Amino acid sequence: MAEVLVYVDHVDGAVRKPTLELLTLARRIGDPVAVALGAGAANTAATLAEHGAVKVLTDEAAEYADYLVVPKVDALQAAVEAVSAAGSLAAVLVPSSAEAKEIAARLALRIGSGVITDAVDVEADDKGPVATQSVFAASYSTKTRVSKGTPVITVKPNSAPVEAAPAAGTVEALSVTFSAQATGTKVTGRTPRESTGRPELTEAAIVVSGGRGVNGSENFSIIEALADSLGAAVGASRAAVDAGWYPHTNQVGQTGKSVSPQLYIANGISGAIQHRAGMQTSKTIVAVNKDAEAPIFDLVDYGVVGDLFEVVPQLTEEIKTRKG
Amino acid sequence: MSLRIVVTVKYVPDATGDRHFAEDLTVDRDDVDGLLSELDEYAVEQALQIADEADDAEITVLTVGPEDAKDALRKALSMGADKAIHVEDDDLHGTDAIGTSLVLAKAIEKAGYDLVISGMASTDGTMGVLPALVAERLGVPQVTLLSEVSVADGVVKGRRDGDTASEQLEASLPAVVSVTDQSGEARYPSFKGIMAAKKKPVQSWDLEDLEIEADEVGLDGSWTTVDSATERPARTAGTIVKDEGEGGKQLAEFLVGQKFI
Repeated sequence: MAEVLVYVDHVDGAVRKPTLELLTLARRIGDPVAVALGAGAANTAATLAEHGAVKVLTDEAAEYADYLVVPKVDALQAAVEAVSAAGSLAAVLVPSSAEAKEIAARLALRIGSGVITDAVDVEADDKGPVATQSVFAASYSTKTRVSKGTPVITVKPNSAPVEAAPAAGTVEALSVTFSAQATGTKVTGRTPRESTGRPELTEAAIVVSGGRGVNGSENFSIIEALADSLGAAVGASRAAVDAGWYPHTNQVGQTGKSVSPQLYIANGISGAIQHRAGMQTSKTIVAVNKDAEAPIFDLVDYGVVGDLFEVVPQLTEEIKTRKG
Repeated sequence: MSLRIVVTVKYVPDATGDRHFAEDLTVDRDDVDGLLSELDEYAVEQALQIADEADDAEITVLTVGPEDAKDALRKALSMGADKAIHVEDDDLHGTDAIGTSLVLAKAIEKAGYDLVISGMASTDGTMGVLPALVAERLGVPQVTLLSEVSVADGVVKGRRDGDTASEQLEASLPAVVSVTDQSGEARYPSFKGIMAAKKKPVQSWDLEDLEIEADEVGLDGSWTTVDSATERPARTAGTIVKDEGEGGKQLAEFLVGQKFI
């Protein structure tokens, strides 16, 4: 059976959820071979094996943390060459994080392959994998194939379920020779993002967002309280972020994160195209807004026209009561 | 010596308009108004600020696209860029990201550069990978997705806010930089700027000027194929209630019904 390379997104050996989703998709196409780089890479093996990785190629060189993007491209290229030499390579799947997309694009160019970014589904087909993309603020859905070389496809979080599918997960050292460009951009400092204890925005099953109607950073506490009652991530519209009420890392929309949770709750968000672009593929959409004419109500499965300062705390209380 | 800055910009269909696909599954650029991609305005702005700090700098804006794309160049010139290059060729129709990166890289090399500045992504394709591809092609450092950027003594420094960490980056020029919408509000063109832009030079190059063969670009040269594009069905109208004091409870009831609680 052909093999599929899966680029592993991990933090010090802790595998992030989108990588496990990639393994689910990879198994539709062939045998998943994972590539884990940097400090803690070998520690990813057990989790990856549990979810279907037949092999885990690792390299813990310091270059992956010390320089931007290119060392990882070099490593992935080495993995492509190693797997191709030993058998047949059907595709390379990469999570759609900002960095991983850059890695995927440079890899594709180097190996003479087409690249597809931000797929929301990948299916096997006679002529190679077919990727589904959601475009123009999710108003269109396209089916795209790579017509030259080994398909390199980046996949958005929440595009597939995480499935247990135990496999060998044999760890092998990946031998990487760094290119002349590898050390071009030095990472001179790194400040890890402070953990809020909430799920990561793009990975969360439920997202609770606040917009202009929240009217002040201090009021975001009621959005956070609702999120915590549901175990959800907190999002914010561009208006709220531009006003300085909530960090840019939580922005949902065209210039922020694109989310696709099971449930999206928009509070005090009018639903401008900019915002819709980042949340329109959510499975169930709920909104609370004072303005009955707000465009967000065109998208909702359930909407409440009312003051969010009344409705949201009441909802939070009700959820807490019901959850006991 | 003068610091040569090339800013890559894209002319995109207005996102607030009704965007769709043409029969050949390329983006329909005829039936919808276009404009300079909003995210590229941040690149122009940072170029202007870097040029202000430098003793001597020249900003060239570069675009690849049909005739109308000149509007995007004009906007950037009116913000303060010095000159513009428009790469236009009928054979470019349907070019994918890999092909576009080839055209940009060849044009950037022909123009001469110390620093390339791009926006974080276009507002239509939204791939966000062109700066990385151009850096790969040029063989120079990629210093991308910066929320803060500065250039001094032949070194570019910046802050990249990633998913899990914020990183400080540093590279020697020449380099390719991309900036986010957090890098600083873009200026509005002044009346004087708009008038001055009309007199600034706009050079037109075609594929022959860049020594690119027609089959390396366009739909045929594309390494990806779009099989189909389907308009997403409108979401079915949901239930909308007016809060009469029980709105939160009603919403909770809905969430229970959907098994979220």
